[in-house]
Amino acid sequence: MNTRTDRKPKPVVATAKWELRLYIAGQTQKSVTAFANLKRICDDHLKGQYRLEVIDLLKKPQLARGDQILAVPTLVRKLPTPMKKIIGDLSNEERVLVGLDIRPLGGTNQ
Amino acid sequence: MSATKSRARSSSQGSANRHPQQQLSKALSGIQGLDEITGGGLPRGRPTLVCGGAGCGKTLFAMAFLVRGATNFGEPGVFMAFEETAEELAANVASLGFDLNKLVAQKKISIDYVRVERSEIEETGEYNLEGLFIRLKHAIDSIGAKRVVLDTVESLFAGLPNPGVLRAELRRLFHWLKDRGLTVIVTGEKGEGTLTRQGLEEYVSDCVIFLDHRVNEQNSTRRLRVVKYRGSRHGTNEYPFLIDESGISILPVTSLGLTHKASTERMSSGIPRLDQMLGGKGYFKGSTILVSGTAGTGKTSVAALLARATCERGERCLVFAFEESTDQLVRNLHSVGIHLESYINQDLLKILPSRPSAHGLEMHLVSMHRAVVEFDPQLVVVDPITNLITVGTMPETQSMMTRLIDFLKLRGTTTFFTSLTSGGNDLEQSEAGISSLIDTWLMLQVVRWGGERNRTLTIIKSRGMAHSNQTSEYRLSDAGLELVDTYVGTAEVFTGSARLAKEAEDAAAIAAGTEEVARKQAEREQRRKALERRIVELKERFEADDAVLVQSIREAARHSEQLAAERAAMALSRQAFTSVAKAAPAPRKARRA
Repeated sequence: MNTRTDRKPKPVVATAKWELRLYIAGQTQKSVTAFANLKRICDDHLKGQYRLEVIDLLKKPQLARGDQILAVPTLVRKLPTPMKKIIGDLSNEERVLVGLDIRPLGGTNQ
Repeated sequence: MSATKSRARSSSQGSANRHPQQQLSKALSGIQGLDEITGGGLPRGRPTLVCGGAGCGKTLFAMAFLVRGATNFGEPGVFMAFEETAEELAANVASLGFDLNKLVAQKKISIDYVRVERSEIEETGEYNLEGLFIRLKHAIDSIGAKRVVLDTVESLFAGLPNPGVLRAELRRLFHWLKDRGLTVIVTGEKGEGTLTRQGLEEYVSDCVIFLDHRVNEQNSTRRLRVVKYRGSRHGTNEYPFLIDESGISILPVTSLGLTHKASTERMSSGIPRLDQMLGGKGYFKGSTILVSGTAGTGKTSVAALLARATCERGERCLVFAFEESTDQLVRNLHSVGIHLESYINQDLLKILPSRPSAHGLEMHLVSMHRAVVEFDPQLVVVDPITNLITVGTMPETQSMMTRLIDFLKLRGTTTFFTSLTSGGNDLEQSEAGISSLIDTWLMLQVVRWGGERNRTLTIIKSRGMAHSNQTSEYRLSDAGLELVDTYVGTAEVFTGSARLAKEAEDAAAIAAGTEEVARKQAEREQRRKALERRIVELKERFEADDAVLVQSIREAARHSEQLAAERAAMALSRQAFTSVAKAAPAPRKARRA
């Protein structure tokens, strides 16, 4: 794990190494907050390396089953594997980074 | 299926029409017995909590509710599984005869496996469980579900980090389900001192069913209890239930009332003399008959004779044999001249042997239920019921027998039990304590006397008919069972050679009496004759004496005359004057002279 995450940020490639999905249920306050938080974190830490897909379960309820979604909002890290899930409005950046297994770019000197 | 569907509809409508306000609308569960206990099923449009320890059958119970609803009552259902995947579930309930995959393909059932893995989940900030709602709604809408099962929603507590949010969301979930009018089963694991570990009963308060799985002397029994049922009366007992290849069956301990019809028709016992003792006509049809007796009194033979008589009338007979295998039973009955093979071949007689210890009592009861329903016999023989006691405790056996008898009585099936009485017990006490349920009770006894064991039969009771109070001796021979002519005498009943001896003795006594009379008669005659003889003799002697006397009187008279004459002659010759001579004869003498 360590070696992989170490390697990733260094070769800055345009292709998406990170595939993220945010599941929401309608444009609720929590959804909006979560999306804003996620956008900010990704831009800060994964710029150019991620692809984000927002799925509104009210419109596509059948997708909830595939990723075992219960809580809303849920952020799913599809890639890199293994799959990770972060539930909540992503207001705690540190925990989001831990959850996604991202080392803050400037924060540490790893 | 359409029939059951319409039945479900009409029953729910019927109850709604009759009591539009008070009566709770119920959804038939389709689980055998449960609908009787709850008076029509689970509360419609409300959640029901099914709780119990591990392995008590919660999931199967819930699945049975769903499958029956989908197949019998036209109510599709959603199974939301938190513990098992759809494939696992399908495999697990296949053993109950449910084909889940087919039902899913027919859009009658939808299975949604919800996996919550704590290690995969990170919590940051606020959230709710809308995703679960959406999934459930989607599943419900996709098949038009009327029933929902959540099995076991409690596992969310292990998977989600914030129990506060979870509790609030569960409360919302149950409201949501209620608002949609869904009939729901929520399962919950039993907690320490509480019905469920997470206190689900707090949210689901309309109906709570508790399942239990207990082991008693190596035999396990599953039990079900309706802990509460808001707005409805319900049976409050613990009801044993079974899970087997035909699903779940619950057995109400007793039927609700003594409502069975009583037949006035009579049937032969297969023993003509016994029919005579039973008011001349034999048993009542549809009654319950018990034969009790010690070992070797011929209980099975009495049962087999009745079975044969039943089959001869073209009626069907089902025998539950707990002692002998079919072959052994048939062979042994040959020795008393009962040949049952032909009836077995004609499918009039069915013998179902099983070891009492093969299953628990409930399993026995259910398999008996099923066999009776399948074979539809007019006579059921259980030989012997006492063997079942070895399986359960006394009260359990008693309750089982009560239920069996109730069941058979309601069907109008004649029931014949044999009961082995052990030597130490009071003979007039049936082991299973079911005497009050018995209509006709025969007791077979062995009388030991004079180096013999002889068998006697007594009718202890026979409801609704005049019956003989005589203890009769019977013999088992290759001609069958034969009641012997009763020794009718002044003393007690004698059996065997004692009876023969007594009969001989009596005959001798009677013969002796007759001789005595004759002898006395002869003596009287003799005496009379002797008297007569003596009378004749005395008369003869008297006559003889009399003749002698007359002779002597005459002689005496002549002698005195002569003397007088001689004296006169003397006087005359002496010329003496004597007054005597002068007195009388003198003139004559003088004249003669």
